[in-house]
Amino acid sequence: MSNTHVHKDYHGAKLGMWLFLFTEVLLFGGLFVLYSVFLSKYPLEFHEAGKELDVVIGTLNTVVLLVSSYFVALAISFIQRGDKKKAVLFTWLTMAMALMFLVNKFFEWKAKFSHGIYPTSPHLADLPHGENIFFGLYYIMTGLHGIHVVIGMTVLGFMVNFLRRDIITQEDFVKLENAGLYWHIVDLVWIFLFPLFYLVL
Amino acid sequence: MSNDATALPSFFEDSGSDRKGILSWLLTTDHKRIGLMYLYMVLGMFIVGVCLGLLIRLELIAPGKDIMEAQTYNAVFTLHGVIMIFIVVIPSIPAAIGNLVLPIQLGAEDVAFPRLNLFSWWLYLTGTVLALFSLFTGGGAPDTGWTFYVPFSEFTTTNVNVAVLAVFILGFSSILTGLNFITTIHRMRAPGLTWTKIPLFTWSLYATGWIQVLATPILGITVLLIFVERVLGVGLFDPNKGGDPLLYQHLFWIYSHPAVYIMILPAMGVVSDIIPAFARKSIFGYKAIAFSSLMIAFAGSLVWAHHMFTSGMSDTAVLIFSLLTFIVAIPSAIKVFNWVATLYKGSIIVEPPLVYALGFIFLFSVGGLTGLVLGSAGTDIHVHDTYFVVSHFHYVIFGGTGFGLFAALHFWLPKFYGRMYNKKTANWAFGILFIGFNMLYLPLFVIGLQGMPRRYYDYLPQYQTGHFISTVGSWILAVGLVIMFVNLYRGIRHGKKVGRNPWGAATLEWQVPSPPPLLNFDKEPDTSGKPYSYKGVERDE
Repeated sequence: MSNTHVHKDYHGAKLGMWLFLFTEVLLFGGLFVLYSVFLSKYPLEFHEAGKELDVVIGTLNTVVLLVSSYFVALAISFIQRGDKKKAVLFTWLTMAMALMFLVNKFFEWKAKFSHGIYPTSPHLADLPHGENIFFGLYYIMTGLHGIHVVIGMTVLGFMVNFLRRDIITQEDFVKLENAGLYWHIVDLVWIFLFPLFYLVL
Repeated sequence: MSNDATALPSFFEDSGSDRKGILSWLLTTDHKRIGLMYLYMVLGMFIVGVCLGLLIRLELIAPGKDIMEAQTYNAVFTLHGVIMIFIVVIPSIPAAIGNLVLPIQLGAEDVAFPRLNLFSWWLYLTGTVLALFSLFTGGGAPDTGWTFYVPFSEFTTTNVNVAVLAVFILGFSSILTGLNFITTIHRMRAPGLTWTKIPLFTWSLYATGWIQVLATPILGITVLLIFVERVLGVGLFDPNKGGDPLLYQHLFWIYSHPAVYIMILPAMGVVSDIIPAFARKSIFGYKAIAFSSLMIAFAGSLVWAHHMFTSGMSDTAVLIFSLLTFIVAIPSAIKVFNWVATLYKGSIIVEPPLVYALGFIFLFSVGGLTGLVLGSAGTDIHVHDTYFVVSHFHYVIFGGTGFGLFAALHFWLPKFYGRMYNKKTANWAFGILFIGFNMLYLPLFVIGLQGMPRRYYDYLPQYQTGHFISTVGSWILAVGLVIMFVNLYRGIRHGKKVGRNPWGAATLEWQVPSPPPLLNFDKEPDTSGKPYSYKGVERDE
């Protein structure tokens, strides 16, 4: 068989990942465009509706994600130094933080639902159009972000597995690095969502 | 072939794994096998799309109901559009021909991410199956037109959910292919193959790759929003709930206008490779053609709102988008002039690939020049959403990308199957196709100018002559297609065997055996020559 050739290209793998991250930014970019148009159309309603959101939970989740980004960076730097055990530990911790984020989000959404704030709810229909749009965007954008958190967790789960099976090693760690990059984009998107929804004044 | 008798087994014989039969294809990471799988599916779905198109034309042969109900008609033209755009034209040249040719033109053994490449194909398959699934399930086939315009697409009871999901998955496949190609071109070039030695087909795929990566995510979010709106009913595009339908059109065309350059740029690349090979002359203005591809990709991303001149934008916006639209004509014209200049005083050998490429230049020019009529805000008000648009679009996409694909098939299939088709039949097929094509679409310009709106099920009697000629043209076109495909099929099965370089072209893919072995090269590629310098290049038939 002539398939013995194995192609390893560190820079190529990174380049591919960065290109993919562009597409993720643009995916959210479409929603940010919608947000900015509707904000300029309904500035007062956005201001009113923004007061409904819980700044404390939002801030907590921001901190959780920032710390998780730090943890995944630590995991990468540990595997670069050959400390497999700590790399596994910090990848696990990153996933734990991600889970914590989702739990917070769940309680937050649940509270909104119990106040009658959900798409096509009778309560929202009574509110001005701008508030309906604000909460619609809130659910769509944080929902899409939440899906990305779940995808990120799954990817990190694979990374733990790869670390254990020595597929990711001190010499060949680009997979973990790319997973880390992905996790950073999840964090980064949230950094923009947080002020747009929780701190809009 | 005799000089390759002792050579490596071809990629048909050596799958690179222990798998046998169909699995050695469905699970392959070899770019050539993936390219052929794309090609089979694209051509298969092309035939489905053509049949739907023929049904539309047949229904329109005379006023009133002819062969189907109005609702069926809506579903048929929607499916014709969705299949042709998302499943056939967008992946046709980049994913199918690009996968076959690009790595070899770079002197590489495969693309940068072979497994991702396979994954893209599987996504493509899934999207295609879902799109077909949407025909037969739920509340009936989608009837929105391929643009899924709101508010209708939010409220129609037909199976739009499944269709937009299919489009999302197909878009993802397109993104991954573009990402793979960009990385391949950056990282996998053979030593000595500098940026100014890359063949122009590969250059065009590079520009295409950037559009795929940067524009397609916007389509992704747009169709996802349709899905969300249908399921949750937030009302982002529904004025009753505070939304704005115009925003949908903006988001949709931010992708879908650049997407027409995903469709046309690779075809231009094919023609840029074919013209010099048959003029036996270095291409005129290599750098200008390469740069104009990037120019088209860039400028083409700024013109989306020319689809919305009649939707209610400010006059300033109309003016700006009209101007920007004219700017895209410049790099396109650069290419056309350079192709013609290459032919000037060349030692032209008339072979089928060149014939199809010349057909491309003529049809694309008609499409491009009528595009200027649509790009001028004043004339656009008159012909907006008439058959003039339909005709313009088909001249660019079918006459352009379609004939570019046919040219590519006639140019490269002998390389990948090692056998030549009947050249005389290929030329006859072209003649019939060309006559049928113009008979089909020229009358549509006329009735469009007279005011025949697009997508209408029924029409007034004064448009009947135009529709009748057009429908007859569609049958002639279909005959041409059948002859061409049968000829190609017979060629790859039973044709005369060819050597490495049946056309005497100078790019790297003609240095490898026909068909190529698994890792493409049986010896180090010679990158010392320029891609379009034919001195000392021998034809090896």
